[in-house]
Formats: sequence, C-alpha cells, structure tokens
Amino acid sequence: MTTIPATTRDVPQAQASSNYLTAQRGVLSWLITLDHKRIGVMYMVAVLASFALGGAFAILLRTELISPGPTLIGDASRAWDFYNHMFTLHGAVMVFMFIIPAIPAILGNFVLPIMLGAKDVAFPRLNLLSFYIYALGGLFFAWILIAGVLETAFGIDVPGGGGLDTGWTFYTPYSTTTGSGVVPAVMGAFILGFSSILTGVNFIASMHMLRPPGMSWFRMPLLLWALYGTSVIQVLATPVLAITLLLLFAERTLSIGIFDPGLGGDPILFQHFFWFYSHPAVYIMILPAMGVISEIISVFSRKHIFGYRFIAYSSIAIALLGFLVWGHHMFTSGQSAMANAVFSLLTFSVSIPSAIKVFNWISTMYKGDIHLNTPMLYALGFIVLFSIGGLTGLFLGALATDIHLHDTYFIVAHFHYVMMGSTLFAFLGGMYYWWPKMFGRMYNEVFARWAALVTFVGFNLTFFIQFVAGSQGMPRRYASYPDQFTVHHQVSTVGAFILGIGLVMVLINWIQSLRNGKPAPGNPWGGNTLEWHCTSPPPHENFARQPQVGDPYDYGDWQYDEKTGGYVKLMG
Amino acid sequence: MSDSFATTTAASAQPDDQAGHGAPGHDAHGHDAHGHDAHGHDPHVAHHFESGGQQFDAAKLGMWAFLASEILMFSGLFCAYAVYRYNHPEVFKYAHHYLDSTLGGINTVVLITSSLTMAWGVRCAQLGQKRGLIWCLALTLLGGFGFMGIKGVEYRKKIKTDKWVGAANKYHPQHAVDDAAAATSAADTAANPATTATATEIAVENLEPSLIPTAAAGPSGLSSAGRSSPGEGHADDHGHAQDHGHGTAFSDLPQAEQERVHLFFQVYYMMTGLHGIHVLVGMGLIFWVLVRALRGAFSPAYFTPVDLVGLYWHLVDLIWIFLFPLLYLIH
Repeated sequence: MTTIPATTRDVPQAQASSNYLTAQRGVLSWLITLDHKRIGVMYMVAVLASFALGGAFAILLRTELISPGPTLIGDASRAWDFYNHMFTLHGAVMVFMFIIPAIPAILGNFVLPIMLGAKDVAFPRLNLLSFYIYALGGLFFAWILIAGVLETAFGIDVPGGGGLDTGWTFYTPYSTTTGSGVVPAVMGAFILGFSSILTGVNFIASMHMLRPPGMSWFRMPLLLWALYGTSVIQVLATPVLAITLLLLFAERTLSIGIFDPGLGGDPILFQHFFWFYSHPAVYIMILPAMGVISEIISVFSRKHIFGYRFIAYSSIAIALLGFLVWGHHMFTSGQSAMANAVFSLLTFSVSIPSAIKVFNWISTMYKGDIHLNTPMLYALGFIVLFSIGGLTGLFLGALATDIHLHDTYFIVAHFHYVMMGSTLFAFLGGMYYWWPKMFGRMYNEVFARWAALVTFVGFNLTFFIQFVAGSQGMPRRYASYPDQFTVHHQVSTVGAFILGIGLVMVLINWIQSLRNGKPAPGNPWGGNTLEWHCTSPPPHENFARQPQVGDPYDYGDWQYDEKTGGYVKLMG
Repeated sequence: MSDSFATTTAASAQPDDQAGHGAPGHDAHGHDAHGHDAHGHDPHVAHHFESGGQQFDAAKLGMWAFLASEILMFSGLFCAYAVYRYNHPEVFKYAHHYLDSTLGGINTVVLITSSLTMAWGVRCAQLGQKRGLIWCLALTLLGGFGFMGIKGVEYRKKIKTDKWVGAANKYHPQHAVDDAAAATSAADTAANPATTATATEIAVENLEPSLIPTAAAGPSGLSSAGRSSPGEGHADDHGHAQDHGHGTAFSDLPQAEQERVHLFFQVYYMMTGLHGIHVLVGMGLIFWVLVRALRGAFSPAYFTPVDLVGLYWHLVDLIWIFLFPLLYLIH
C-alpha cells in the first residue's frame, strides 16, 4: 500500500480481499479514477508537495531574517529582492495551494461520502476535474518559480515576469506596476479558485442528496457540518476573488483601470474585493479544522460529543458571519469611522460561535476517558493554539489597538496561530486519525508523539515571540530591521528550523508506515462514524452492504479487542 | 470549460467500465453516449445513486449552487460599476450616448426570445417531443449567434472610433501641464502595460526610483480628473493625433473629454466582455445538447443536460437584462 500512484504496481498481493487501492492497477487507473478515495489520495500527494514547497520558502525567508543585514546573498538590494519574493511565494503557495484545499480536498474527499454512508460524492467526474484544475493552477505557480530562477540566476528575460513580490494579497497599485510575474500568478490563483468552487458544489449536492435512509441532518458527524459551512463559503466567496483577479489581470494586460486612480479607478476597491473573499477564506481554512477536532476529541475521550447541535449551528454561524467582517482588514485604509465601528462589532461577534466550539470540546473531555494518542495530542495542541490565535484576534478587531498593531509581526503571529497552528495541527491530527483507514497501515505511535511534541515546541518558539516583536513595533514584510529586534528574529528562526524538523519527522513516519507499518484493524480508535464500520482500507464502493446509521458519537457498542489491536462491534 | 470537461469525461469513463459499473451520466456537463449497453440497469443512473430522480435532483442542486457562484462573480463587476458611476457620474451620463440603444434593445429582445425557446425546448424534452426539442435548441443557438453578431457590430463601431481600451486607455493629467506632470505621465505609461520591457527595466536595482513617481501620480490624478466639470478640460498637446480626423462628434471633443469617456468604456468592455464569454460558453453547451438530441439521447426519463443548460442560459439572459439598462439607458 502506498500513497504514490506511480508505485502502486509494486504492491504485493498481501490483502486478502480487494480494496480501493487494489481494485484497479496501473498509473492510468489512478489518473482517470472517479473514486473519491483515490482522488483524495492524489490531492494528498499534490497538496503535500505544495506544502513542502511553501515550507522551503518559509525556511529561506526565516534564514534571511536571522541577521539584520543581508544574510543569504551578499548584495543588499538583491537580498531584499530575494526576501520579497520568498515571503510572497510562501504566502501565496501556502494559502492557495495548501491550507484552502488541505482538509476539504484531502480528508473531505476521502471521508465525506463514507461518513455519509454513500458510495461516492454526487459528481465524481466533477471531482476529478477539480483535481486537474488544481493541478493546472499549480503549474502556473511552478512557472513563476521557474521563471524567477531563470531571471535571477541566469539573467534570461522571461515574458510575463518571473517570481512574485507583491505579497500574497496582490495589493494594487504595486501589483499593477511591478515587473514580477503577477499575470501568471493571478491566472494560477483564478484557476485554483475554480477547483475550490467545484469541490464546494460537489460537497453541497452530496450532503443534500446522498444521505441514505436514517442519516438525518442531525445524525451527520460534525465534520460534515463543518464541511457544509466551508462549501457554502467556497461557492459564494471564491467567485468574488475570481472577478477581482480577472480585473487585475485586465488592468495589467488591457490597461483597464478599475483599481487604478490614474484611470479613474479606486485601489481601495481592490482591497474590499480581495478581503470579501479572503476573509471568508480564513473560515474555509479553519472550519474544516474545527470539524476534524470535533471528531477526534470525542473519540479519544470515549465520550459523546458535548453540545452537538451547538457545534453544528456554530459552524454555520461562523460561515455566515464570515461574510460580514472583511472590513476589519482595512481599518487603516481610510474607511469611514462608522464602517470601522460596524466591522469591529461584527468581528467580535465571530468570537461567540468560535468560543462555543472551544467550550464544547473542553466539556466533551471533562470526565472523559482520555487516550493521548497522536491525533488527540494534535487536537489538544489545536485547542491551545487556536485559543491564543483567536484571543489575539480580538486585539486586532478592536479599533484602537489595531492602529498600533496593524501591519506588524503581531498580526503575522496571530494569523499563523490560527492558520498554521490551528489548521495545520488539525490537518496533521486528522491525517494521523484517518491514516489507518486510508492506507490500511498503522504508523509508529511513539515516534509520532515525539514528532507532535517537536512540532508544537517549534511552532510556539517561532511565532510566540513575534507577538512581542510586533507589539514593540517590528513591521511585517521587512527584510531588514533595527538591532533591537535581532534576538526576536533569531529565536523565531531557530523555532522555524525545529518546526521544520518536526514536520520532516511526520513525513518520515508516514512513509515508514506505508513501507512496513502494521496492518490496521477496521476500527483502531473505536470511532462510531460510518467510515469505521467498513474495512481498512475501504472497499471500492465503501460498503459491502448499506451500514446502519446510528448516533455517530455513541461508543457503547464498541469494545477493544487485544487480538486485532482495534475495536470490534458487540453483537446484540 | 465545457470542452475540457467533455474530454475529461470521455477519458474518465473507462475505469468505471472496466470495474463493471455503469458509466455515470449524472452531472451538468459530461455524459458520453458509449458503453451503456453492457449494463443491466438504467444506463443514465450512476452507480452511486438510488434512482434517476435522486440523480436529477442532485444535478439540479449542483447547478443552482454553481449559478449562485456565477452571480457572485458578476456582482463584483456590478459593484465596480456602482463605485465608478458614483465617482464619475458625468462621464457615465455623457458616454452612454455612444452606445446604440436600438441595437442593445434588439439584442435584449433576441436574448429573451432565445430564453423562451430554451424553456420551450426543456418542455419538449420533458414531453419526449424530439423534433420540437431539436427545433427549439436550434433556434436558441441561432439567438446566441444573433446576439453575438450584433454585439460584434457594436464593438466594431466603437473600436473604429477609438473607444477601446489598451493603448488609448491612458490617463493624462490635463490640469497640470507642467513638466513634472508630463514626466509622471511618461512614467505611468512606461510602468503600466505588462510588457517585457517593463519587466527588465524594473527588475532589480531600479525598483524604487521607477515606481515612486507612479504611485504618487495616482491620487492626484483622481482628484483632478474625477472632480472637474466637463467644460474645464482643454486640449493638451500630448500628441494623440490619431483621435482626430474621423469626423464624428466624439473626436471633435476636446482631448481631455475623450480620455475620460474611456473610463466608462473600460467598465463597459469588462461587463459585456465577461457576459459575452458566458454567452459563448452557453452556445457551446447548447450545441453539445443539440448534437445529443439529434442522436436521440433524451427521453422524458432522462433530460438532465437539457434542463441544466437551460438554467445556465436563463442566467446569462438574466445578467444581460441587468446590464442593458445599467449601460445603455442612463439618464
């Protein structure tokens, strides 16, 4: 069993019965598959590759910041230029190619139909198309990267420009004037957006139409509620980004000046458009993570989830409120004081459903029989990091403090706590949680726990000190800084290296598991959502016969079986 | 998009056939006609659906979700229109005279009629009237051609009189005709088009010097161009002689006024251009459905693609119904 399509031919015929990995053979059977599970695995390979790329940029930019002067390149102006490209590519790749598709496209694709009790998503071909659209969008980013290398290293002039130095936000007017590869980047992000929209459409239709008898809305696992909220945002917010990028594209290629004051346009309009998508996009990133955490916390506390309906409704509330708060990115952009006050108020209101979730998770653990397996460690890490990230968000949502903290490292730390600390930790926890189901292999538990610890320590070392640096006035996106911030940056960079080591450990563990992990039982954790009712890995059409739908968080029927190392369902 | 989808579907039907399931024909765009005969059950119901009805409902829901997405995409343009019109009301009032509201009106009628024939075609498909369906689809397609044809005539007329974007679409600070402004304008021109020349010029060292004047030009440009009354502008000597000599009312205008009319036309071209692309996509889809109808693919039990393409076409029509008064009928 292996993740990588290219090597499936080498899989030995060990598995007695056929599963989705062995049902068909050959590279082609992967590339043209309609099976949601295989598409999920293909997404996994592509998204993890993007993550590795984005991570490499992060390591490079942190290395550049280890000293106030130029570090990696001797010549100062070239070093600054290099830094600008690194932080932009890091942001763009991580946001558009990793965080947004990570949980919905990998874990969502894999488990959503199984959790629902369906054989597939509603539109399997559309699903495959989404994957190829994603891959096409990724090629554009690969192109600007290659073009950037050609331009800087070999001095070859590439049409359209190489690299990207606008910041991932593409703010005008700089993005309409810079010589870097804005046009291909904008096209790439536009195309990636369509992948996201089509996945959202698919999930919405699946959840409405493919629930088998007995699977009412309130018997759906909470991950599905979270993915539903996510899909609504993907369908309704992403097209606004699409038109924004299209207008930016037209501004560069046709001299249409919607955002150019020189042509009667308004650069602030770009910011409104951009954040109308990109703030809801933050909830595209965090909502599925919250869904994953809801599953993990309940299973590893061996206790029914506390406040099921509140968690479900809070997902929808976050999705809807998320559309109304974009203006809090623009408190210093010259909005009216009234708009600022309203956006600030609405921003605070998002903390209510978020806090409801956190309280419910903690209440679920209360008096539970907590098993500290790796997924649970990541879930606990998530709660800590999300609380820090969420509460520092209130500092930024408050008008007066935002003026001071705007565009400093404080906000860098804040959104890394939410996006990386929370979403990445939930993603890793979810990957460990469903790994035995996806590949039929267990991973090395002890090594995985060490990796979780190293990641957690590395993360906090990297980003916590940035709150301090930011509140002392260190602005974001600067390649150089006054000497007083040297210690902050050095601590942060060392933390980034540790974090990188932790993530490499995770990857090694996964690869090791694929090569010689123990065969996984059908239900290693004792979960009761429907994916644990089928074998590991699932058969081609998920279930040999239609499973019986019950309360997804009732663990009474499952008992640990020493022999298989997993849980078995009690009869009667 | 539809074309690439058709390719994907044709390719992706194979593994399903190998595995012994019916090739699914369940979504808005893709359904290939081969390989169904071998299977025992209804060839139009994909393996993961219980019934044709469930599949139809799923497809329709998916299409509505997608249309919601489309509407949000256009909403960005409507929003940009509102901001532009608020900032430059006099430009909009003046410039729309250069739109031919007769042609626009005819186009509106053509598109609404094609929506009628489309709806009629869906009804024919429901009732199993193959001839009626084919005729209705053909007429709808004809309507699409008619619309694009008239639109082409309109575009041509405007391009001929320099009401086009691109090179003509430059900002000239006509109120500050001193050297500084001229230099600014030159920098603006040099930096704006995404040319390779710019790329190399700005590449590494010259970044700061070449950008600062551009950025500084922006806001002052807005205040001078946006707030002045039409009579204020006077002909400048920037040497855009190509605008003169057509003999039309437009080119008799002072240069500054001509430049400002472009503010309207860039919005106009973005809105009608994106709509036109949607019409073309819709025509492609109708053509595809028409070919399948000619092959007899549809029956009262299965007409999902006709229905979904119909929904898409109605959306395209609906957007035009908003575009027409907003662009052509300004008073």
